[in-house]
Amino acid sequence: MKFRKNFKGRGYGFDGLKSLLAKASPLRAADELAGIAASSEEERAVAQWLLADLPLATFLAEPLIPPEEDEVSRLILDSHDRTAFAPISSLTVGELREWLLSDSVTDADVSTVCWGLTPEMAAAVSKIMRNQDLIAVARRCSVITGFRNTIGLPGRLSTRLQPNHPTDDPRGIFASVLDGLLYGNGDAVIGINPATDSPKNVERLLYLLDDIIQRHEIPTQSCVLAHVTTTLELMRRGAPVDLVFQSIAGTEAANKSFGINLALLAEARDAALASGRGTHGDNVMYFETGQGSALSANAHHGIDAQTCEARAYAVARAFSPLLVNTVVGFIGPEYLYDGKQIIRAGLEDHFCGKLLGLPMGCDVCYTNHAEADQNDMDNLLTLLAVAGCTYIMGVPGADDVMLAYQSSSFHDALYLRRILGLRPAPEFEDWLNRVGIFDGSNALSRGAQSPQLIGAMKELAKVTP
Amino acid sequence: MTDSWVALRRFTQARIALGRAGHALPTKAQLDFQLAHAQARDAVHLPWAIDDFAGEMRDLGLEPLILNTPVASREQYLRRPDLGRLLTEESRCRLTDLAAGETDVALILTNGLSSTAVERHGIPLLQAVAEGYRARNIRMAPISLVVNGRVALSDAIGGLLAARVAVIIVGERPGLSAADSLGIYLTYGPQPGNTDAERNCISNIRPPEGLGYEAAAAKLLYLTGEAMKRGLSGVALKDEMDELLTANQA
Repeated sequence: MKFRKNFKGRGYGFDGLKSLLAKASPLRAADELAGIAASSEEERAVAQWLLADLPLATFLAEPLIPPEEDEVSRLILDSHDRTAFAPISSLTVGELREWLLSDSVTDADVSTVCWGLTPEMAAAVSKIMRNQDLIAVARRCSVITGFRNTIGLPGRLSTRLQPNHPTDDPRGIFASVLDGLLYGNGDAVIGINPATDSPKNVERLLYLLDDIIQRHEIPTQSCVLAHVTTTLELMRRGAPVDLVFQSIAGTEAANKSFGINLALLAEARDAALASGRGTHGDNVMYFETGQGSALSANAHHGIDAQTCEARAYAVARAFSPLLVNTVVGFIGPEYLYDGKQIIRAGLEDHFCGKLLGLPMGCDVCYTNHAEADQNDMDNLLTLLAVAGCTYIMGVPGADDVMLAYQSSSFHDALYLRRILGLRPAPEFEDWLNRVGIFDGSNALSRGAQSPQLIGAMKELAKVTP
Repeated sequence: MTDSWVALRRFTQARIALGRAGHALPTKAQLDFQLAHAQARDAVHLPWAIDDFAGEMRDLGLEPLILNTPVASREQYLRRPDLGRLLTEESRCRLTDLAAGETDVALILTNGLSSTAVERHGIPLLQAVAEGYRARNIRMAPISLVVNGRVALSDAIGGLLAARVAVIIVGERPGLSAADSLGIYLTYGPQPGNTDAERNCISNIRPPEGLGYEAAAAKLLYLTGEAMKRGLSGVALKDEMDELLTANQA
């Protein structure tokens, strides 16, 4: 046994770093399913003590997966910045928690160590932090990105407008886009999950969104969340691709199950950069992640779900994305059983993402077979907004009729704007005020709204279905 | 406050133009959502009255065979999908004893994630499917009924019966707009360890809004025939079916 501790006569042993991390992880169904969770609350608490005493340098000396077997491990080690690591190089995991919370450490100091931290260090420290620690430290991290507007400025909260439709019907999608815009949503991206991934269908949707954005001069970007290979092919054909989307995970094997690798992501990013469609920045990638994805692909190498998730952020940050979001409750109760586990995971993911320098958003969501409801989502939504979450989803009435799960709604963003004063991206906010959707003080207008959009709506309503 | 774009609702089932009370949902929209969620939750957690279901089948001349998984509770079913893919030792023995003659299709029905779906649509769908197989002289094993099964349970059952094709009808995960959908999964050469890429799926069976029983059965018969003829199922078969359908439309 590599790590040992005696507690009131009971001996606890953990046979390696992976096991120690897994057993120190706050309880979740995924780790139980994988058979790597602590077998008692006491064992979990003891593992957290041992983890807190571990020097951060251990994570550099002992990779969780041998780099020769896994390109994500190679990426983590190759991109580690010794200079950035210097201020914290002598700390233990427990001391890192205190350093991150310390009054004498500035917010700028926290950002400075970003590339000195590996995902495993971020995951480890999160495991010994309470929810309020995760919120307080994430709030210190500033990550600003740009494409056709500026995402992540202090005091701002953006939204992805998600106008999905079960058959990708263009009128149905257009109706949801108009609804979302008229509720002030869509500055992070207007992003469709296509029901069918065929190039022809995805191309049709790309032109639909591009036309809406151009016609109404909306300072935002579009995305059709197809597989990266489909998007690459469409870029070659000259389709209007703003952002390249891909789901990613924290091991090479899990990424392989998604049909991707790092070289493919690099190729897609280069192609998107070459089309030069951004006006306010060159962050052209949009990634989605979620705890449990490596396990569900049977590609977790015995690593706990939360640490695998943090490793996915190492993949994400190598490609300077505009947006990353953790689709936290989508995967189902065998990974995150109830509202409590979903809330904890959402805060962990947001914290680790921000600490590692990512523009981190969250799909605050659940499925109907999880023990969760709207009240749990209200809790997570509010906590994340306090933590400085970059963006949330905007789905009509919180009900995604294509993916059959519940996310956050257009109204939810208005709620956060009212209670916390959070504003949309500045360029988008100006547009909302200019076209009369917002009233100039971060709320919906009560009078006539956007004659131009209402005109588009009337035109659409005239069409006989 | 109502929205002036209510007329757009006819273009989508999405919850658009809900109106607002300040920043929030109007009461009606809020309660509508809660009701839909309550129905979905009930569909997940209602127990399935499998003995009554078997009785109804017998009345219609269909022979049921009730089998069991090691799943002990609904909570365990949700937490341990791996157990929903296995049979108890006793059920395995019963199937081994049965697997004497030649079997083309092992047909299985499980409540999956929606007991409401099997209660509402299970019997008429089974009737349509069984009649179709009979009319084409496709040899069926007794129809297996299993509480708390997962799709891959069809690999275990089909394998023990040495069936050429396994077909499992399963209650789909309830959404807010539909809590009573059935899905059908077909696998050629069922054996434990088969992957989802080797399956074909027919989903959203719930007339009148979704796919009808006869239409679903017709699609299944086509897939079964092609799978047996070509000796495969899954992605390869799907591509060919899509091509065929496109060619027919053109």
